Amino acid sequence: MREVGIVGVGHTKFGRWNGSFLDQAATAAVEALRDAGVDLAAGKAHIDQVFLASMGVGQVNKISGAASALVDTINLRPAMAETVENGPASGASAVKLAYMAIASGMADTVLVVGAEQMRILTGWESTDFVATMSHPDAEYPYGLTLPSFAGMFTRLYMEKYGLTETDLAIVSVKNHENAMHNPCAHIRLVPSLHAITEDEDADVINPYVADPIRVYSTCPMSDGAAALVLTALDTGREFAHKPVRIAGIGQATDTHVVAERPDPLDLFAVRESARKAYEMAGMGPEDIDVAELHDAFQILEIVESEEVGFFPRGEGAKAAREGRTRVDGDKPINTSGGLKAKGHPVGATGVSQVVEIVRQLRGEAEGRQVKDAQTGLTTNFGGFGNNVVSIILTTKEEG
Amino acid sequence: MALIDKMEEQLRPPEEFVNVEYPAKYITLATGEKMVIRQISREECPIALEAVKPLMDVERDFYDIVAVRMYAEILGYMRYRVKDEYVFLGTINGEIVGIVNGRSVNAQLGMSYHTIAIRQGLRLGAQLFAAKMEYHFDFLNQDEVLIVAESPNGFKRWMIEYELESRPEVWHELGGVPTYVLTRALWEKHKPVKCTGRRPVPEELLAANIPARLPGAYAQKK
Repeated sequence: MREVGIVGVGHTKFGRWNGSFLDQAATAAVEALRDAGVDLAAGKAHIDQVFLASMGVGQVNKISGAASALVDTINLRPAMAETVENGPASGASAVKLAYMAIASGMADTVLVVGAEQMRILTGWESTDFVATMSHPDAEYPYGLTLPSFAGMFTRLYMEKYGLTETDLAIVSVKNHENAMHNPCAHIRLVPSLHAITEDEDADVINPYVADPIRVYSTCPMSDGAAALVLTALDTGREFAHKPVRIAGIGQATDTHVVAERPDPLDLFAVRESARKAYEMAGMGPEDIDVAELHDAFQILEIVESEEVGFFPRGEGAKAAREGRTRVDGDKPINTSGGLKAKGHPVGATGVSQVVEIVRQLRGEAEGRQVKDAQTGLTTNFGGFGNNVVSIILTTKEEG
Repeated sequence: MALIDKMEEQLRPPEEFVNVEYPAKYITLATGEKMVIRQISREECPIALEAVKPLMDVERDFYDIVAVRMYAEILGYMRYRVKDEYVFLGTINGEIVGIVNGRSVNAQLGMSYHTIAIRQGLRLGAQLFAAKMEYHFDFLNQDEVLIVAESPNGFKRWMIEYELESRPEVWHELGGVPTYVLTRALWEKHKPVKCTGRRPVPEELLAANIPARLPGAYAQKK
């Protein structure tokens, strides 16, 4: 297989986008193409394929065949184009497909864009939209939402491992602190640990969303887009940046119905996707200098940090308490601010995670830079863990 | 008394149903900052007007219509042209971060006018709105408050989150848009999770918030 690297990144400011879906996607795409040093004049970009990842472009924005519209909007005709919908894992799935297109020889250079508009919906509508990723017969019709899954999951984890709400808040505060250094982050304020946990006003300013999940232990609803330019490393084509190599990609699925899992706390697909990515890269958790883990709820950052092998089972929260997951810790997680503070435009998230790791590995993560970062991991979590993609990026040479 | 004063007296509405002062309170926000919410007198209205003015041309989230109308309402209060109106300021270290206002229709019925959050991201608007509902129900002892929304955000925060009762046949003063009502029963239901704050405000904290000063920045303008 051919080696594949990333040579361009683009990212809108997450939060509210005052424009159309296509404008937002195109803005990130053009930024990535410019970052790569691609000539944007019609017919000169030489992009062979475009993958547009979005969970809601059809359902929310009522656009079908959106990738074709994007290609036309940014003058990349006659590039091949496909829209990728794989729930919240759409972004990383699109990166995987881009990798496959290049590795197989079908394409040399591919543009991946992840984009979502969630703030055109009310909070209730957004929650319902996201809930459509649950099982259509066994979960969704009964009113199960992602916050409700996360609430039950967190409660179970608390009972088994002694996790506290303060542990969740510690992870949240860390991610908000990181987001203060990310100009693309949706929320740029740092909550006070005392104010959101122990203060007399805490129950009102940090209310429960789905007990024991509170506002400050869940992600906001965000608009946003992120983009990557991937290329084969054997073409000799020159770009503005040295490629960040994709060393490994792993994907795994689990039962769609969460209740059918022998142990609901076991995020098998996270573990398996990471295992495959490590195997492909010839690396292990000890090789990872920085990670972006899918913290749609703070509990997920904690459990995923265990499932990808950073910490033993039940000790993710302890590691966060000890500061090990901070930018200056031995396993920095979610330096971008994570989904918690950077935001979570679902279909864009997997791409955005890769953008952050590329910036870290290029040494461009000003204010949140992990010292000497050479290898990073992303884990993009679809459904409630039923479809997960992990990606390892590195600046190290192969072998 | 000069003729103009007699005329002015004729023009001014009597004050009847805003007869209890709202005691100042403070809330610890998520950032750990303390927001003081207090009622202001006519003498403090000029700075409230100045604080609202920069938002009059911000189309996004309907800040323009809310700011323009609130400006007129505060001016109306300041110059005695609205009956039984009140204005509350939310301040952090003296800086105005939000304003709410409303009026009493009669002893039993309140009317919410506007809520404007100048600083965003801390749910200040929700706290300021809750404070005025607290005023109507817990201090003026009214039975119901008429409420309308001019923005989707307002609709989400008030109509949906407080489960307001729809009463389209009732005419709210803000232009005949559909009227909703917060009843005492709904207030009692939602108050524990919507309304917070402590009294009295420590003297030092109150002193740090009086006089109020203009906002340092308007994120809405960017």
